[in-house]
Amino acid sequence: MIGLYLPGNSILHRTPAGLKLLLLAVGVFVVVWLKQPWQIGIALVVTAGLYAVAGIGRRAALSQLAPLRWIIPLLLVFQIILSNWQHALMTTGSLVINVALAALITLTTKVTAILDVAQRLLRPLRRFGVDPDRVGLMLALTIRCIPMVAGIVREVSEARKARGITGIRGSMMALAAPAVVRALRSADAMGEALTARGVDD
Amino acid sequence: MSEIRFTDVHHAFGERVVLDGVNLTLTENRIGIIGANGSGKSTLARMINGLVQPTSGSVTFDGLDVAKHGKQVRRQVGFIFTDPDNQIVMPTVGEDIAFTLRRTGLSKSEIADRVTEMLDRFGLAGHREHPAHLLSGGQKQLLALASVMVGRPSMLVADEPTTLLDARNARMITQVLTSLEQQVVVVTHQLDVLTDFDRVVVIEDGRVAADDIPAVAISRYLDLLELPR
Repeated sequence: MIGLYLPGNSILHRTPAGLKLLLLAVGVFVVVWLKQPWQIGIALVVTAGLYAVAGIGRRAALSQLAPLRWIIPLLLVFQIILSNWQHALMTTGSLVINVALAALITLTTKVTAILDVAQRLLRPLRRFGVDPDRVGLMLALTIRCIPMVAGIVREVSEARKARGITGIRGSMMALAAPAVVRALRSADAMGEALTARGVDD
Repeated sequence: MSEIRFTDVHHAFGERVVLDGVNLTLTENRIGIIGANGSGKSTLARMINGLVQPTSGSVTFDGLDVAKHGKQVRRQVGFIFTDPDNQIVMPTVGEDIAFTLRRTGLSKSEIADRVTEMLDRFGLAGHREHPAHLLSGGQKQLLALASVMVGRPSMLVADEPTTLLDARNARMITQVLTSLEQQVVVVTHQLDVLTDFDRVVVIEDGRVAADDIPAVAISRYLDLLELPR
């Protein structure tokens, strides 16, 4: 979501975000209920086909699965030890497909479109005091702040190394304290900027 | 031109006095505010659209008390911060510009048209779908500017908008700021920027130390810093 959206004009890009999220929910449900390895194989082929339809290249597609590169082998080994290879294949296959499908939504849907859906879904809760616009803004800010905090941690980490701070304890303190202080200052500054942009209107 | 009036404005953070009896009436088209670090110039700028309230005294914008009518004033006074990263809210460039226009009652096509206009005007055409946090420093400041200008304010206040930029980007942002048709108030350390301004106010220890045409005010400022002219 943090800028992973890849512009395009495929049918997947043009499909309304609400419908895509609904289809994702259905897809996840179906994949979880598959019983045979060959069914997982078909689901994998279908998922790959959807990526092709969306015009997303192999590199971008595979990078969506990169966070799973440590989990998959571990899960596979544990499942083989505790169960059998078919079950291991089913579990890991389901995980890969579901992550790939969710990533496909991210790659083909703008954040604002997803937020619009979230705001529409939250509208009935208005009578209970929930402000859908505020929740939408909060979600947007959460997404926006991830790269900002990552940048702060990277800069503090580099500064720590430049000053020759080593050792786990000293190193962690030298990282956490300034990173938290800077993150809080950034939050203050962002709040001020939001006020200037009329968010409190 | 709009009129900003500071009347006996005091401001303190705890025991530290930041502004100490400021009286100013600003009506010029191009106004510069200069001063040493910690002199109170950024606080003064933030008071124009009510981001900071005076401890005592009053600030008015076209007769409106900013403390009471902050929201109304902020619709007319855009603000650019030093670090554009704090100002960017949405993940992509186009979405961030459009964010300013939410709750304005404009249709989606009108918002799209206004966003396109800003992208073209500020040299960001082609970056509409680009992740905002991956832009260069200069482009981020242009985005911050576009996101403010899309709301069509009558005045723009910029607080050290070029401090984090390299010389080329600083010059570009300065050129863009000075070419705006809106009334502009710039807080800056870049004295050469102010040469063609109508008025420059020097803030020193929370007080107005000089208030004149650029040449005179800058000369006074350099005297205060004990720097050669």
